[in-house]
Amino acid sequence: MAIFGLWVINKAGGLVYERNFGDGLPRLTSNEYLVLAGTLHGIHAITSRLSPIGPSSGAQVIEGETFKMTILLTATGTKFVLLTSLAESTADVVLQKVYEVYADAVMKNPFHTPEMPIRSEGFDRRITALLG
Amino acid sequence: MATTSKQYKVIGEELWKGRAEKTNAELFALTYGALVVQLIQDYEDYEEVNKQLEKMGYNIGTRLIEDFLARSNIGRCVDFRETGEVVAKVGFKSFLNITPSVTHGGLPIAASPTRSSTASPAPTIPGATFTLTLDENPLAEFVELPEEALEGGLWFSNILCGVLRGALEMVRILTALCLSKFTYHSSDSNAGHGYVYLRCVARGRNDRDQSHPCQVSRGRSSRRR
Repeated sequence: MAIFGLWVINKAGGLVYERNFGDGLPRLTSNEYLVLAGTLHGIHAITSRLSPIGPSSGAQVIEGETFKMTILLTATGTKFVLLTSLAESTADVVLQKVYEVYADAVMKNPFHTPEMPIRSEGFDRRITALLG
Repeated sequence: MATTSKQYKVIGEELWKGRAEKTNAELFALTYGALVVQLIQDYEDYEEVNKQLEKMGYNIGTRLIEDFLARSNIGRCVDFRETGEVVAKVGFKSFLNITPSVTHGGLPIAASPTRSSTASPAPTIPGATFTLTLDENPLAEFVELPEEALEGGLWFSNILCGVLRGALEMVRILTALCLSKFTYHSSDSNAGHGYVYLRCVARGRNDRDQSHPCQVSRGRSSRRR
């Protein structure tokens, strides 16, 4: 039961927020993170078109041997991605809470430009309280 | 997954109750009143004031939608009719604690208010519009519009139109325009309380972003631009 990292990807596929928790994940360069986020965005777009019966939500969980990646796609197109251990069963709930924090601390800040990287202490603080 | 309008009412109510921080209604109404009056003084043109209010509302709407989605947990609407229900029963209820009545209507092609109306064989598009009637308007609690403003065509609560347009656009529903009217019951004692009508016209969905399932069902309520 561990949370390794959180990403927020804007609707164009750009990484606007990225944070690691604990020391489960090796640090990557910011460029590598951007590439990863962009790739995930593309994969997600493909998976949302694979459904044989009409529109689909796209990939929600991607699992590896040692980690799990849970993706929450909001109706506005923003993606919240949580990297956790396999045993983590509350990732969905956590992501929904992250979304609420995002709505409060980021979107309601009049000085935040939508679709731009999130540099907000308030958001950081609340995310730490939630996941840290 | 047909959620009835009654269920929406319940969701809206719960959201309103669950909201921990609430603003004093008077402070809210006074702030908004001051804002509008200042705009009138600055622009000296009611038309321009309407435009500015709509713009402000739009910016609010694009942000407010995230709060709405994060807390309400409502998925995509099947059609524009459902959108109307959700806006009235969940949206207005959870943010303003009012529930406007919704009237759904078709969109006659001839009288189409859309600027770029495309030719369509059907005379009307059913379920392509809805009208929200606010018989209680928290924005205008103390407002008595002067003759001049009425004649000048001020839409006092035009910010609501903007909010709706912004919020709906973020979930990829393009609405043509919302007309807001501030009418008075003339022979009524509480002349300060007017009705506000908001009319939303579906103009199709925003197809720029292809990676998401569509919102408005085809044919029934949407027209591609």
